[in-house]
Amino acid sequence: MATWKKLIVPIAITPILLLLAYGFKTNPREVPSPLVGNSAPPFALSSFDGGTTGLEQLRGTAIVLNFWASWCFPACFEEAPALEAAWRAYKDRGVVVLGVDIQDREADAKAFIERFKLSFPNGPDPHGKISIDYGVYGVPETFFIDRGGKIHYKHVGALTKEILKAKIEEML
Amino acid sequence: MRSVMLSLLIVAVVWLCCPGTGLAVTLEEQAQLLASELRCPVCQNLSVGDSPSEMANQMRELVREKLKNGENPEQIRAYFVSRYGEWILLAPKRQGFNWVAWLLPFGAILGGVGVIGFVVRRSVSRSRAPGDAQLPPLDPRYASRLQAELKEWGQ
Repeated sequence: MATWKKLIVPIAITPILLLLAYGFKTNPREVPSPLVGNSAPPFALSSFDGGTTGLEQLRGTAIVLNFWASWCFPACFEEAPALEAAWRAYKDRGVVVLGVDIQDREADAKAFIERFKLSFPNGPDPHGKISIDYGVYGVPETFFIDRGGKIHYKHVGALTKEILKAKIEEML
Repeated sequence: MRSVMLSLLIVAVVWLCCPGTGLAVTLEEQAQLLASELRCPVCQNLSVGDSPSEMANQMRELVREKLKNGENPEQIRAYFVSRYGEWILLAPKRQGFNWVAWLLPFGAILGGVGVIGFVVRRSVSRSRAPGDAQLPPLDPRYASRLQAELKEWGQ
């Protein structure tokens, strides 16, 4: 009886401690995307300048699909120059940068594009279909889609020139 | 005690085996029920059904659109899981290791009821049987004195 009493506390506490240890090991901010390594969902983007583009038209091209918003400060402001630089550096090497503006007002989005002199195609996602189809849960998020149409990598948060260069080079 | 445990077991089985989706009749009810099962991606512990955010609103619209297009709730759940992973489901799927999350609370309740029952039964049995045999035999000198005292009180 005394042995049983001594054991009951460790027996009750051990599973709780194990669960806590498992919980501390995981990163609560990390939400792995089931899309990485799989075919990118098709999309059609009507850009602010009137053009239309989509996954089908861009087959054989590596795509940097960036989800952003003009209210997303500071992360979207930090990465905008890097995205423009990557677009200019790689547009002649079979890479296209696309911006999907989500949960935003058109005037604010256009002002953002003007502010950073973004020359790559940018368009709104008025009903959130593209962002939901890509499992987006915040901005900025960026998907690197390889020439075969598979999602090579997903980046959450502001991109840097180094990350952009490394991931684009991996796709080429 | 056994009847309490049996009732708890029956409630657990009914709850685990009969998800509520089947109760929804209209398309709007089905949409609301499905939205309440999905986690809002831009909120803190809110369902798509409860969140006032724009993204949750867009997700609710998408659920309605898919239901109108003839997709069933299971297909719609599977669509969101394919995009966001199982993270998007507020309640984990009833399979594999996830059963631990579903059954552990019932196990804890049953264990608690068992422990309480054991403690109560032990204390009741102790109070019912003072245990004459456990007490030391009364000294004959005191026994005779006690008898005398009792007689005195009786008069």
